[in-house]
Order: sequence, then C-alpha cells, then structure tokens
Amino acid sequence: MTAETVLVVLDAPAETFRKGQLELLAAGRILGSVSAAVTGPVSEAARAQLAEHGAAAVYTPDGADLGEYLVGPTAAWLADVVATAGGVRAVVLENSPAGKEAAARLAVRLGAGVITDVVAIEADGTAHKSVLAGSYEVRARATTGVAVLTVKPNSVEATPANAPGAAEATPVRVPEGAFATAARVTGRTEKPVSGRPELTEARVVVAGGRGTDGDFGPIEELADALGGAVGASRAAADAGWVSHDLQIGQTGKTVSPQLYISAGISGAIQQKAGMQTAKVIVAVNSDPESPVFEIADFGIVGDLFDVLPQATAEIKRRRA
Amino acid sequence: MGDSLKIVVLVKHVPDAQFDRHIGAERTLDRSESILSELDEYPLEAALQLSEARGGEKAGNEVIALTMGGPDAANALKKALQIGAGSGVHLTDEALAGSDAAATSLALAAAIRHLGDVDLVIAGMASTDGETSLVPAQLAERLGLPQLTFASSLEVDGRTARIQRDGDGHSETVEAALPAVVSVTDQINEPRYPNFKGILAAKKKKIRTLSLAEIGVDAGQVGAAGSLTWVASAEPRPARTAGTVITDEGDAGVKLVDFLAAQKLI
Ligand SMILES: Cc1cc2nc3c(=O)[nH]c(=O)nc-3n(C[C@H](O)[C@H](O)[C@H](O)COP(=O)(O)OP(=O)(O)OC[C@H]3O[C@@H](n4cnc5c(N)ncnc54)[C@H](O)[C@@H]3O)c2cc1C
Ligand SMILES: Cc1cc2nc3c(=O)[nH]c(=O)nc-3n(C[C@H](O)[C@H](O)[C@H](O)COP(=O)(O)OP(=O)(O)OC[C@H]3O[C@@H](n4cnc5c(N)ncnc54)[C@H](O)[C@@H]3O)c2cc1C
Repeated sequence: MTAETVLVVLDAPAETFRKGQLELLAAGRILGSVSAAVTGPVSEAARAQLAEHGAAAVYTPDGADLGEYLVGPTAAWLADVVATAGGVRAVVLENSPAGKEAAARLAVRLGAGVITDVVAIEADGTAHKSVLAGSYEVRARATTGVAVLTVKPNSVEATPANAPGAAEATPVRVPEGAFATAARVTGRTEKPVSGRPELTEARVVVAGGRGTDGDFGPIEELADALGGAVGASRAAADAGWVSHDLQIGQTGKTVSPQLYISAGISGAIQQKAGMQTAKVIVAVNSDPESPVFEIADFGIVGDLFDVLPQATAEIKRRRA
Repeated sequence: MGDSLKIVVLVKHVPDAQFDRHIGAERTLDRSESILSELDEYPLEAALQLSEARGGEKAGNEVIALTMGGPDAANALKKALQIGAGSGVHLTDEALAGSDAAATSLALAAAIRHLGDVDLVIAGMASTDGETSLVPAQLAERLGLPQLTFASSLEVDGRTARIQRDGDGHSETVEAALPAVVSVTDQINEPRYPNFKGILAAKKKKIRTLSLAEIGVDAGQVGAAGSLTWVASAEPRPARTAGTVITDEGDAGVKLVDFLAAQKLI
C-alpha cells in the first residue's frame, strides 16, 4: 500500500451503508486512497458499495463482537487495523458521540492529534470546523504522522470513486486484552423508526418547540411535504412530546440543512448552537420579540397552527 | 469505609456563552468573562447525590472538584465548592496554556493519579467552548479505566457502576466495575443552585494548587509544545442577520411557500 492510505471507520449496517457513511469515504478520498474498517459483519451489498466508493481493503473484526462493549475495544482494534494496513495517513470517523470517543481513544493509542466537527478537508490535511456556535471558522491540522478526523454529515458529497476499489475482505483479530477494562453493554432497547430522513443528514429540518403545546402534527405534516426530518427544542423533548433523539442544540444534535423551519421555538442560545449554520432559516413564532427572528432569513409572526397547515396544503396544491 | 466513594468531578472554566466569545490574534480563546461550564454542573450534582445517598462526608465520602486552567479557573472551583463539592484541586501552570485535548487529558490523567485511589471520575458530556467530548474518553484510555460516557442516568451498586446511554434508535444499559470514568448529559439530573449556607460553607473549604512538577509531567508534554493539533487560522463568521419578518394576515403559509420557491428550496 502507498503512504497515502486513509482508513475510514464505519459502523456495520444492517443492510447497506447510509448516505452519511458514504460521505466519509468521499471525505477520505480527498486525502488519499481509502480503505474501510467496519466494526461488524459486512453484507455482499454493503461490500459492493464500499468497492464503488473506492475502498481498497475492507477490514472487519475477527474473534469478538465489538458491539457488546463501549468504545474501548473498538479503539484497540482500530489501532491494530492501522498497523496492519500500514502507511495510514489519516483515520476518518463519524462525528457522533461514539465516533468521537473511538477517535479520542484511538488517537491516544497512536499518539495522534484529533480534529472533531470537521466540515471540510483540504488535500494537505487541513480541516475546517465551525466553532463557538457558528461564530468562527477555524482551520486546523493534526501535527502528527497520522491525523484523526471526525467529519460531520453533509460536509462532502457521497459521490462514487473515479475508479472502484477491490474492497478486499481482510479480517483483523480483536487484540487480546482489549476487553480487560471495558464497559459492557448489558441491555439494549430499540426505539421505533420514523421512516423520515436521518436528522443530521436531512436537507430540510422542520423543528417544533414548546409552542406546539404537545401537538407535533403540523410539524410532521410540513416535514413530510418537504421530504424533511422532524426536530425539536429541549423544552419539547423534555416534555416527552418527542424522543430526545430529535433534540437540536448544544446538548442535542447539530444540524446544517439547506432549510431549517423553526416553529414555536423562542431561539435560546443553546437551541441556536445547533442550527445556526443552516443555509436558510425560517421562523414561525407568535411573539414578535422572540430572539429566533434575529437569525431568521424569513420570519412570520403568527400562530403555527394556522401558518404550517396552510403552507403544507399550498405545497401539495402546487405539486398536484 | 464500607461503600463510601471518593469522586473527582471535572469542571472546566469557560467563556460565558451569554456574551460574544472571541478568538484572539494568537488564535486562542479570550477567557475573560468565564464561568463554571454549565454542563459541568450535572456531573457535580451526580457526584453530590451519590455521596449524600451514602451518608456524605461524615461517612467518608469525598467529592473533589478538579480543574485545569489559568489563575482565574479557581473561580470555577469556588462555584463548585459553593454548590457542594468538599474540596477543590487547581492544576495550573503557565506551560499548560494552549493545550489541545491530547495534552489536557494527559495532564488531567496525571493529576487524577496524583490524587490516588479515586473510585469515580465524573465529567460533563462536553465543554461549552471546545465542545469536542474527547477528554473523558481519552482519560479512560490513559488511566486504563472503564468508560461509562454520555450517561443519562448513573447508579452505583457496591463496586458496580451502571449507566443508561441513549443513542439514535436505541438506548443501552452499560456496566463496569469501579474505578471508572463517567461522563453525564444534561438529562441526568436538575443541578442545585448554591444557597446561602453553601456560600458561607465554601469559604472554609480548601483549594489545593498543583503544578506540573508535582504531578510529574514535563512542560514539553503539554501546552502548545505538547499538543498534537495546530490551529492555522480562526476567522469570525459574519453574524447571521435578521431577514424579512412579516405578520400573518391569513396568507402567511402561502407567503412561506413563495419564499421557499424563490429560494429554490421546493
Ligand atoms: C445546559 C443546557 C443545555 C441546553 N440544551 C438545549 C438544546 O440542546 N436545545 C434546546 O433547544 N434547548 C436547550 N436548552 C434549553 C434552552 O435554554 C431553552 O430553554 C429551550 O430551547 C426553550 O425551548 P422552546 O423554545 O421550545 O420553549 P420556549 O422558550 O418556551 O419558547 C416557546 C416559543 O413558542 C412560541 N409560541 C407559543 N405558542 C405558539 C404558537 N401557537 N405559534 C407560534 N409560536 C408559539 C412562544 O412565543 C415562544 O417563543 C438547554 C439549556 C441548558 C441550561
Ligand atoms: C473552539 C475550539 C475548538 C477546539 N477543537 C479542538 C479539536 O478539534 N481537537 C483538539 O484536540 N482540541 C481542540 N480544542 C482544544 C480543547 O478544547 C482543549 O484542549 C480543552 O482543554 C479540552 O477539550 P474540550 O474543551 O473540547 O473538552 P471536552 O472533551 O468537550 O470536555 C468534556 C468534559 O471534560 C472535562 N474537562 C475538559 N477540559 C477540562 C479542564 N481543562 N479542566 C477540568 N475538566 C475538563 C469537563 O468535565 C468537560 O465537561 C478546541 C478548543 C476550542 C476553543
């Protein structure tokens, strides 16, 4: 392998990889030729995707189920994959909590620098991130032989590679001792799936707050008319109206969609932290003094229960 | 002391997000107007609850707030003492300035080892300035301890710690034996405010200062010299400005769709 290998770390998919995962392969190709490290078994369809997106090798864990433990063993295994692959210049991971944590621990093992929340990568390895609630744009680099980068969704296009990769299946043993001090997953409950796009990957997000008074119907209908995802403020999530998975903000998800429609949300600083980098922001709020209007490209002072259903009906009418 | 716990709570002194925050010409964050990170009140509350459930200090439980930062970071410790931490430890040294996550976790790991026989290290889910969430995981790796992070609940049962960790599409229960490194989210509890009694009591509590030499770390391992990342540039982004605001006169839904069409969003 050349000295330009970029290892892209992916969670094993049930069937095929999501758009956001394929984006990571495209991000990796900016820096060199990619190989994938997949944390579980890879289906034939998924392997074909990896080939199409340029993966030379596909590393999978041999001898243990990494999913039974929290992060530590995954990092130990990844360090061995980096050694097996040879000449690894960068490791690219998802910017999720688990992705950042695997990056954190892998970096300690490799003596490498980590840049989180990456939104763009230059060919020389310089990464761009938006910081302090979107108020600064920082360019930073790892100064070490291997750079560890966690890349946000929607940062690069998930285009196939110019030339497909061999996607050669390469099992790598999970190292002895990886589990010695690991925290074990002893229970797991699945949550119902919505069928809507993944929140952090969606082009359009329609978010509701306390102003919905618990009725997310108008939010969901507008989101569906726009093919978007549903989001929420913490007040709405804390009230139990929607799952915390949908919370946007400092302690929820950060989203940068093309369009963010905020309805019945006041626009507290912790909420803004999660949506300020959206391309276009539309706000619907009955209070003209609401701070959300300070950052909205288009603001409507009005009742969301009037405005949203009318907009949904109008979109359907124009499409008909 | 039976099931008593020695808990180190990590608290970071960060610029107050209620004001404009600035990155200076040296590409480092302006740390005036700083406070105890809002998200570090949750680990402190979690630690106090664990201690109180076991009889508090009288029964041998200890809650030690630890911060790494410049002279002003002592203010974060004072606040933690007012809220209820038993003592404070301030790791401070000029050489620490400009530390990235790798250097920060290296120094904090050495400080925690120096404190000796800790049962639990509890951190926030992220700082409110760097927001990387790297430090707790790196501490677990460096200390060789189990990692129980992003906890929305935490219980300690004998020598076993158990958390709830909520991910996309699923929620997990994760367990490990003590000692362990934990990080907690803002879902875990409702942090208390310092009351008058707490503010008075804090005046008698001790803050111990630690230097790099005392924890056995060389200046070259931390700060800008020991960091593994380098900031090339930091440019302010033009603040978002308010666009058009209209008042609904019965047709705002249609106007919204007109706007989306004009922006080519539908
Ligand atoms: C440590 C910490 C972390 C936090 N993290 C987050 C986070 O990640 N995300 C987050 O969102 N918040 C977060 N918060 C909470 C944040 O400070 C706000 O409390 C929260 O965002 C408020 O939610 P809201 O806007 O829905 O509710 P409110 O502030 O109550 O606003 C409701 C709005 O709805 C409007 N309204 C009411 N009825 C209608 C109607 N019929 N039509 C139109 N408008 C209507 C009102 O005018 C009002 O502006 C955090 C707070 C803390 C302390
Ligand atoms: C805008 C910005 C972006 C940055 N990006 C990066 C980056 O991509 N990579 C990188 O390596 N460094 C980065 N840094 C530097 C990094 O923030 C610092 O190294 C910091 O000391 C530790 O990381 P954190 O603030 O992200 O903490 P996090 O890992 O987010 O903090 C989690 C918890 O760890 C504890 N903790 C963290 N720091 C301290 C402390 N000093 N004292 C006590 N407890 C603490 C707290 O309990 C906190 O809640 C960045 C800094 C800034 C200001």
